[in-house]
Amino acid sequence: MCGISGLISHKMVKENGSRIKKSIVLQNDRGNGLGAGYASYGIYPEYEQLYALHVMAMNSGSMLKVKKFFQENFEIHYEDDIPVWNKRISDHPVLKRFFVEPGKARFSDDFWNGNEDDYTIGRVMKLNDSFDDAFVFSSGKNMGVFKGVGTPADIYNFFLLDDYEGYIWLAHNRFPTNTPGWWGGAHPFNLLGWSIVHNGEISSYGINRRYLEGYDYVCRMQTDSEVVAYLLDLLIRRHGLSVYDTTMVLAPPYWASTERVTDADLQEHLLSLKIIYESAMLNGPFAILAASNKGMFSITDNTKLRPMTSAQAGDYSYFASEVSALYEMEENLGTVFTPRAGQPCIVMLDLYKDDQEIGKEGIL
Amino acid sequence: MALSDSPKAALPITLPGLRSVFRPVFDLELCDGCGICAEQCSFNEIRLETRRGKKVPGANGRSCGACHRCEYTCPLGAISIVENKMALRGHGLWQSQDVNRVHLQAASGSVALTGLGADTNVPIYWDRLLFNACQVTNPSIDPQREPMETITYLGRKAQALKDINNLKQFRKSLLKLNIPIVFAPMSYGSINLNLQLAMARVARKKGLLWYSGEGGLHRELAPYSDYAVLQVASGRFGVSPEYLRVARAYQIKIGQGAKPGIGGHLPGEKVLDGISETRMIPLGSDAISPAPQHDIYSIEDLRLLIYAIKEASGYKPVCVKIAAVHNVAAIASGIVRAGADMLYLDGYRGGTGATPAIVRDHVGIPVELALAAVDQRLREEKIRHQASIVIAGGIRSSADVMKAIALGADAVAIGTACLLACGCHVCQRCNSGKCSWGITTNDPVLASRLDVDWAEERITNLIEGWHHEMQEIMGLNGIYDIGSFRGNRLILRGVGLNERELSILGLQHAGE
Repeated sequence: MCGISGLISHKMVKENGSRIKKSIVLQNDRGNGLGAGYASYGIYPEYEQLYALHVMAMNSGSMLKVKKFFQENFEIHYEDDIPVWNKRISDHPVLKRFFVEPGKARFSDDFWNGNEDDYTIGRVMKLNDSFDDAFVFSSGKNMGVFKGVGTPADIYNFFLLDDYEGYIWLAHNRFPTNTPGWWGGAHPFNLLGWSIVHNGEISSYGINRRYLEGYDYVCRMQTDSEVVAYLLDLLIRRHGLSVYDTTMVLAPPYWASTERVTDADLQEHLLSLKIIYESAMLNGPFAILAASNKGMFSITDNTKLRPMTSAQAGDYSYFASEVSALYEMEENLGTVFTPRAGQPCIVMLDLYKDDQEIGKEGIL
Repeated sequence: MALSDSPKAALPITLPGLRSVFRPVFDLELCDGCGICAEQCSFNEIRLETRRGKKVPGANGRSCGACHRCEYTCPLGAISIVENKMALRGHGLWQSQDVNRVHLQAASGSVALTGLGADTNVPIYWDRLLFNACQVTNPSIDPQREPMETITYLGRKAQALKDINNLKQFRKSLLKLNIPIVFAPMSYGSINLNLQLAMARVARKKGLLWYSGEGGLHRELAPYSDYAVLQVASGRFGVSPEYLRVARAYQIKIGQGAKPGIGGHLPGEKVLDGISETRMIPLGSDAISPAPQHDIYSIEDLRLLIYAIKEASGYKPVCVKIAAVHNVAAIASGIVRAGADMLYLDGYRGGTGATPAIVRDHVGIPVELALAAVDQRLREEKIRHQASIVIAGGIRSSADVMKAIALGADAVAIGTACLLACGCHVCQRCNSGKCSWGITTNDPVLASRLDVDWAEERITNLIEGWHHEMQEIMGLNGIYDIGSFRGNRLILRGVGLNERELSILGLQHAGE
């Protein structure tokens, strides 16, 4: 059991984290103090073009090694300690952020293919794989993940999230069950632009992980949820699937429902997705909220064994595990919409409305 | 394929002077001397005698192999089969079967033949693997109430949707299975037409596939060719332009688990009317399949044959069948790169109609290890999507099927289990041509004992029962689609396996 909250301003109006905090704190019973986290988009406008790498290290010695690794591979434009207020949480790792772009070293890299995203992911994966006590937990542009072991209120105060302004916020309250509660295992999980928060368990993790390893993603966070962030990167950025198609891969309709689809082209499309991306399908009880610089979407498993609800009011959309948590963000909700089992709910920023194929009705 | 059914070469039990390991005993209080048992026994074990004016059955104790045909057909339930072992002084090295075999070979000078799969005690890894189950954090799903889907597509798939130009054509190039089970290739000749017909009917009814083996396609099976994977083996029996047009897919047979490295041999005595016509060979002539395919001496030759068959068949999927041997992962990788759309791995314990016992019991490796190694190797080389893996070789239950799928198989082939469904009692005398249940024989009288409708019903029942059990195992793992089970090795844990075995299987030990 975990709690999820999210909000998105369609017009990219920025705000600090106070509203999302209220919503996730209300869901206190959905966690047990062993993990909480936030992600926000639009918080680093001054470094918009640079990858913002948030790094955790268990001691300052390994942080020095991380810095050396970055110096070898990237051009570091700015770095500082992530500001924290450690009165309540004193036992925490060393936290730093680096604003970087791929350095000259990329030209001598055997795998350099001209794509900076691929290069950055490659370095991040290499660092996470080869450093025992340090890893990158946020690597997107103009966005950041803040997470750790504590209650949602503690983590919010620890990272001073009142001081950040973003137009998309994600929040998570963790009740770890099958995997340890540690700083790296808290949500959100992030890779480049995509961040996810997840409530539930991914029973298909074994094959999802093997599938991703075939594309050189390295799973080192000791928890099933990280595969979702990597799948989004693979499917959307590398395979060029639309957000809608991606949701049909992650939680595809049943074979039986697909075979009832009357539009022959759509049916062929859905069947092909199911056949090709069988190993990317998620199984088990889950509700996932995912965000990128362009928008946000939610998806649940086909039996909806984990809750997800959403609402719209004015130029904002809201997501949460509980309806009450929606009202914490906005008292005058226009429409409250609870997606059916397996039904995706996609909200794009106004700026990108035409970019993506959003919804196709009537197939589930 | 029967290698030879010369009675001399068969098994110790047919040698005069040696007692068989089993014998029937008769309850003469119940017996009314009807003689059905003597008529049903195709191995000449039972003879009707007249004793004190009354007709009674007598056993000679020399050729009973525990096929249990007499026991099942006795209307009065007066027969039971008991062990009839020769009392030998216990010896750690010289077990009774070793003693018997030396006696047999000293008498005959021939290769000892046998049927079915290896009966040695080489570890059965299926039995060392256990499934996970949901508790608390993830609810199990009840297959009686929720959808539980097992649809599987076999064939060459794409890595990404954008790599496909025509979705419809793409899907047409794949083979759809409603349940990831196929009927293993058993040729017309090694089994008779009745059993082939029954399997073909079940395949059509249940949306599965049946493999033909190398005996060609009998004209009565033509209506089921849409569900058939026809074989092109080293003997090329029955291969014609028509043959290469009608099937759903084709299989090139390189090797077989029960006899890796050697070919089949159907003796002329068994080449009767239908077989001669289907195999396109003269009546009564030996049908000898060469050990290798003589147009495949290397991997590039295989590529030529794969594309020759694709060209001839209008680009239908081509499957390559190999026996699981030491270097199987590298061989499999080569086969996929040569253009095969499916890979068929037949393991050490795979069955056969006839094989030298020495080959069956001492050559090849268990399919569990081969499957794990091949699946992992193809993934590491990023070509796993290019070919589906079908495995065979000693699949006894739905649990074995699901364990194979969790290790990475796309589908699982069953052969011996189908024979069992039709009455087989694993007496291992398939090579004799005298199967009393009418399964592995073409003798018209014996073959008529296997009723096609009955066999169809029995095999259907077996498939349905297994399907329910497979759904149960998926449900208790909280998985509603078999696609999330496939290759999901976290579902399995090993028990009593050493680190080397676990690392080959890609599994953790129970308790980890």
